[in-house]
This record gives sequence, C-alpha cells and structure tokens, in this order.
Amino acid sequence: MGKQLINTLTGGDKLTLSRVLTQVENNTAAGNAALEELFPHTGNAHLIGITGAPGCGKSTLVNCLALNLRQSQDVQTKPRVGIIAVDPTSPFTGGALLGDRVRMRDLSGDEGIFIRSMATRGALGGLAHTTAAFTQVLDAASYDIILIETVGAGQSEVEIARLAHTVIVVEAPGMGDDIQAIKAGILEIADILVVNKADKPGAENNARALRTMLEMAHSPGSYAPSRKHLLSSSPDKSVVTDVQNNEKKWTPPVITTVATEEKGFNELLQAIEDHHNYLKSSGEWEQREQANLQLEFEILIRDTLTMRWIEKLPPSVYESTMRDLYQRKIAPHTAVEKLLAYNK
Amino acid sequence: MIYTGLRQTPEMIAETALQEDVDIVGLSILSGAHNVLVPQIIEKLKQNGQGEVLVFVGGIIPKKDIPDLLHAGVTAVYGPGTNTHQISEDIIKATQRPPK
Repeated sequence: MGKQLINTLTGGDKLTLSRVLTQVENNTAAGNAALEELFPHTGNAHLIGITGAPGCGKSTLVNCLALNLRQSQDVQTKPRVGIIAVDPTSPFTGGALLGDRVRMRDLSGDEGIFIRSMATRGALGGLAHTTAAFTQVLDAASYDIILIETVGAGQSEVEIARLAHTVIVVEAPGMGDDIQAIKAGILEIADILVVNKADKPGAENNARALRTMLEMAHSPGSYAPSRKHLLSSSPDKSVVTDVQNNEKKWTPPVITTVATEEKGFNELLQAIEDHHNYLKSSGEWEQREQANLQLEFEILIRDTLTMRWIEKLPPSVYESTMRDLYQRKIAPHTAVEKLLAYNK
Repeated sequence: MIYTGLRQTPEMIAETALQEDVDIVGLSILSGAHNVLVPQIIEKLKQNGQGEVLVFVGGIIPKKDIPDLLHAGVTAVYGPGTNTHQISEDIIKATQRPPK
C-alpha cells in the first residue's frame, strides 16, 4: 500500500478499501501503516450509532435509513454512506455468522454505499476492538455518513456512545416492560429514540413511556445521568457543566417508525440533521471527537504496554504463576504483582 | 462467515464478496440455473479483481454438470447429504489455514 493510498480510496477503489479494512481488522503492520497514512484525512464523517435489543429491527432500520439518506438529497450533495454492521463472535466456537446484510439487500448496486460486516472477536460492549479504526478508514475514503450497527445484546452497549456523534436507540413494542428500558441503561446514551414496528399494538404506550422518562431525566437541575458522564473522567464536573449549559441542552426526540414500510423516516432524517447542527453549534462535536480519540489512545497504550511486557516475560514464569493461581495458592492480585515484579 | 440471505443476483453476490474481502464464496443453488449463474458470478468476481476467490457450490446439481462447473473455475461441488465436516475440511485445505 503505497503513499497514494488516500487517492486510491477517495477515487472509489472498493477492492483496495475492502483489503485495507481486512488488514486493519487483523491488526497487521500493513493495516497500521494504512491507518497512519489515512489518519490526517479523517474527522469529517458524521458517525451515527444504531443500537437496541435483538429483534427490534436495527438492520432493517439501517437499510431504510441508508436508502432515505441516498434519496432525500439532490445529486450534488448526496451523502456517501458507509455501514459497519457488528455481530457477535461465538464465545464457544470462535466462529461468527454475520447476518445483518440479509436485511440490507435494497442497498445493493448503489455505488455510494459500502457495507462491511464485523465480528466482535471477543470484545464486549457491542462493538469490535477495531470498529473505531474502521470508521477512520471509511471517513478517509470520503464516506460522509457512517452508520454503525451494534451487536444489540442490550445492557452493555455503551461503547457506541463513545464512538458515535449521534446515537440512535431503537426500541420495539412487546419486548419487555418499561422497566427493561430503564434498566438497560441505554436510554442515557440515546441522542434520538426510535420506537420501531409502530404498527404493532403498544407502540404508542411505548413512545409515551419513553417521553415521560426523558422529561424526568432532562428536567432542569436533574441529576439523572446524561451521556456526558461517559465522555468525561470527572462526572461531578460534567453535571455542573450541564446545568450551566442548560439552554443549549439537547433533549432526545422520540420518533415512531415502521422500517419495513419506510414510515417515519422523514422525521428521523430531520432529527439526525437537527442533532448534527446542535453538536456543531454547541461545541459538543469537538468534545466528543476528543473524548473518542482519548479513549482510543488509552486502550491502545494499555494493550501495547501489556503486549510488550508479556513479550519480555519467560513463558515458564507465566505458567508457574498461573498454576499457583489455579491451585489457589495466590490471589489474582498477588499473581499480577508477582509477575510485574519479575520484570523489574 | 457472512450470510447474504436467499435469492441474490450474481451482481449482489459479487458486490458482497468485494465489500467483505472474502476468501471463499459458497453458493447454494436449488433452482437448476447453476450452469448459467455460477460462471456469471465467477466472471464478476474476476472483473472486480477478485479472481483468487474460491467458489464452492452446493445444491441439487446433476452429476453430468459437475465437470463443466469445475471447468468454469469452481473449486468443489457438493450434492445433498454431504457431511458438513467434509466441507469445512475442504475449505481449510483450500485456504491452507490450520484449523483453530
């Protein structure tokens, strides 16, 4: 991959794009070199996360959203749409069946849409370790909007809030009671709430319950967690900032859709545009970008340090410490201390 | 493994193979149109610069059609009742990667 990689990608070479993504996903030297070259060309795309429980219609919603994004604009300003669909890797077999594309067949044949599936490869939190890097490659390849569909396991999908500029949380009627929605903790990360399958009974109740909850969470002076606490290392400080910036605060809209019939998508597109404008005008766009990069950096430095340290450690020492651990001679914390001390 | 769902056109299959940077395309065909569709898919893969991608075919394929498919560039053809272990072993062998 030569120095002109950026030109090749912006020129629309999909085979190169696809192969770069594979290298990045496999964390190869070539992949890292590509990221290094592409990184100065990133920071333009609007990253939109789509999360929600399995079966609520995420993939169908992404399909419909991408179609509408490509239809609603005139030819000159039509955004190019990248889609990253994350599905889980089986913890038992290590294999993964990635099936999100099944619901995205309408997008086939559109030169301005690029869909890539990803397996989590053991990562928790609804994304794979290299999802952030994927967004950078697509961003550099001049995809204007990147839709990131998370695994949808439900209760631990907070990673997306750190990566995306706009998080859409999808719910559907008949998927557990209102308490589930509160418990899931995913309400806090929502910038836009969608009640999909709105033609099903209970959808109106569902939307009303969400609106009520949002009103409580977003009332002035409320100490309900906003997603800013995910972005800052100091939650107390962010609450103060919230109160000060109250006038500019974003209240997530609740939108009802029927993705299979393309209903409600004008409203959803409008909400996305509104949120984009809000992020830009409030300065939160910058904040989120910085928090995202900081997190990526911190994870990377942790992984790199661990790798370098393990490389220096003789396997026999590691194994004997593990044996002591298995036989419960030493506690995990002591085992860590012992191994770290060995290296000194 | 990426599952595309049923009733895909050769264009759709080649597009998916391209975007996902696959090593192998596995086709399941029951319609009897394999003699037409399979060479089309292989041709489209080549057009996209993915001539090295292996194509495996499974389904209701008459024995007499198998030589033509292999000649068109198919790596292996499987009939009904094939043991899945056989197929996964063949895939591992074809890609020369040790099983995990």
